[in-house]
Amino acid sequence: MDKKPRKLAPRTPMPEQPAKERVKNFSEVTTGYTLDMAVAEAARCLQCKKPVCQIGCPVEVPIKAFIGHLQKGDVTAAYKAIRETNSLPAVCGRVCPQEVQCEGACVLAKKGEPVCIGRLERFTADEYAARSACEQLTGDKACPMIREELKVACIGGGPASLTVAGYLSTLGIKVHVYEALHEPGGVLVYGIPEFRLPKAIVKREVQAMTENGVEFHLNWVGGRTITVQDLFDEGCQAVFIGVGAGLPRFLKVPGEDMTGVFSANEYLSRANLGRAYAFPEYDTPPFLGKQVVVVGGGNVAMDAARTAMRMGADKVSLVYRRTKNEMPCRLEELEHALDEGLHLEILTNPVRFAGDENGRVTGVTLERMKLGDPDEAGRCTPNCTGEYFDIPCDLAVIAVGTGPNPLLLEATPGLERNRRGYIEVNEDTGETSMANVFAGGDIVTGAATVILAMGAGRRAAKEIARRLLGDDAPQDVPPLHGGVPAAQD
Amino acid sequence: MPVAILKKRRLIPGQTSELTLDASHIARKARPGNFVILRVSEKGERIPLTIADTDPQAGTITIVYLVVGKSTAELETLEEGDSILDVCGPLGKPTHIESCGTVVCVGGGTGIAAMHHIAKGHKAAGNRVITVIGSRCEDLLLFKEELSMFADEVVVTTNDGSCGMQGFVTDGLRMVLDREPSVGEVVAIGPVPMMEAVANLTRPYNVKTTVSLNSIMIDGIGMCGACRVVVGGEVKFACVDGPEFDGHQVDFARMRQRLSAFKPQEELSWAEFRRLRGQEA
Repeated sequence: MDKKPRKLAPRTPMPEQPAKERVKNFSEVTTGYTLDMAVAEAARCLQCKKPVCQIGCPVEVPIKAFIGHLQKGDVTAAYKAIRETNSLPAVCGRVCPQEVQCEGACVLAKKGEPVCIGRLERFTADEYAARSACEQLTGDKACPMIREELKVACIGGGPASLTVAGYLSTLGIKVHVYEALHEPGGVLVYGIPEFRLPKAIVKREVQAMTENGVEFHLNWVGGRTITVQDLFDEGCQAVFIGVGAGLPRFLKVPGEDMTGVFSANEYLSRANLGRAYAFPEYDTPPFLGKQVVVVGGGNVAMDAARTAMRMGADKVSLVYRRTKNEMPCRLEELEHALDEGLHLEILTNPVRFAGDENGRVTGVTLERMKLGDPDEAGRCTPNCTGEYFDIPCDLAVIAVGTGPNPLLLEATPGLERNRRGYIEVNEDTGETSMANVFAGGDIVTGAATVILAMGAGRRAAKEIARRLLGDDAPQDVPPLHGGVPAAQD
Repeated sequence: MPVAILKKRRLIPGQTSELTLDASHIARKARPGNFVILRVSEKGERIPLTIADTDPQAGTITIVYLVVGKSTAELETLEEGDSILDVCGPLGKPTHIESCGTVVCVGGGTGIAAMHHIAKGHKAAGNRVITVIGSRCEDLLLFKEELSMFADEVVVTTNDGSCGMQGFVTDGLRMVLDREPSVGEVVAIGPVPMMEAVANLTRPYNVKTTVSLNSIMIDGIGMCGACRVVVGGEVKFACVDGPEFDGHQVDFARMRQRLSAFKPQEELSWAEFRRLRGQEA
């Protein structure tokens, strides 16, 4: 027998469609672990006494416990463990930035080979999906008794609200979700593309909540069709606002209103919510470009660039004013995009768009940038150089963030806002300046990640449960931070 | 949540219809100038339509549409008792209605229906309402009776002279402006060239002119920016900043260009729809 210390096995690779194939379709890029792969990957987990990985998780997934069950091949127990704290595991397993959360904190990360926690979470959720929704949520066949007199409304149907709905419904509270669009899911549906998060996965999670008594009201616009006051008048005891970010930011440079220059929200909504990639079977038309420029360095920019490649672009250039190292996107998204042929124009910034006599964009003038000193957040500031060059384009997508959506805010003047225009909340409870009105997600933080929105939803839901159920509310687990040193900063 | 069609009136057979929809949740909130976004079927696109009237007591809203492409053609296939898959609203800022004496409301084509709700709002606010409506010929004229029921005057223009004055709505409007010394506001809704012509006409009269812009939209709730228009040199979103703007400030040329962004796809889609319907028949 080998007496040497056990050598760390490498991370189990995620099977994926080859780049050359996938760039021609909208099917999911990564195809998921098999049971054998999952058990093998779970076996790499050291089951640390102090699971530092869990500190990094905004929704407090009991990572050690669920991976422990997977080590024994018990998918059901693993699923139930995750589901105790996470209402959307199949989504999180796909879109969370694990490298800066759980996997970044994993002790094996010091050797560069953390346990693939995200992949295992996704596997667990997908593998378990065949069971009935009630069984998944509560562990028994019967749905929890919904007490109609305990009524909570969520405005907005994205990850934050779905987390609130998922959590409260398992405690027997009646939850109504008001969604402005025609499908629930928010950014999971209009923003994140099919090849990264299949819409069927979102549907499945929503379906599970419906079977658990959550009522979805689609095409109801918060602030227009229904106001916060209306909801209290109708007997709700608490209202959660998770309306997300809205108004896309533009660059405010000449020519930006030309035909062919899109916000990432529009470009992605057409493809995702409208299924424009399947036009004319679906009616929403896509705008096809051969020479595409995408401006930005976040996940949304990657999604737009990779969508453009799948829609038949000859060349997609990503214009970003810093370098690869400063890009806020997940590393995996950048790597996937580069494999698929993304062209980088780093250290450049658009100064104007040019167009033809019909007002259609034909090119963009970029200024070269150079990195200066780090700012307060530690990111190097891009500085102008006065050097310009032109590149041709027939489609440009601006993915430089969003501002707060005005609709609900205008209709709810009582809500205090911060200087950036987002809703001010109590950091411990998620409560706004209005009593029993809670908020979380992008409408509080500005554009952030799905998992941070879910974390905010979970925090507010716990407080709502405490107020509505009193002593019957689940006893809060002690904060995970207690006594455990932070893994990384 | 599907919305039932309680009543369908074929205003111009095969071309323009009026639908009364069972939508109390929208009716109780809708104000003049608001619009809805609807989707006819599972694979359909979201299309914005101005609310032509509401009846909060009965819980209904009324929409009027012109068949211009696949989505409106598909809407036209629905009958009383059928349902529209998705109806979302009320959207957009309501018309700013204040007491300003005499208001002239100008409507062209299907825009007359949208103007109807606004004219009614001005009348309810105590203003004297003169409406000017126009179409190619008498058969294509909408809402003449409905407007006569409350408007202080209905000026009719037709291109061929088959009803009212011969000419365009701008001819009718010019007559009114020359005659009336104190018009507080002109509201114009219709095709973009008509609204542009009205704005150009009223500029020398120095009268406040409001137009309602029918930009391309996806969500209608301020998320996508498809509907952006240039007003007074600034980019505005028609869905949340509008749809009504100061007609003297709107860059109509850019607006027309943006409206034609998807022309080839729109034509393809409609041709395909007609081909399939033809085969079915």
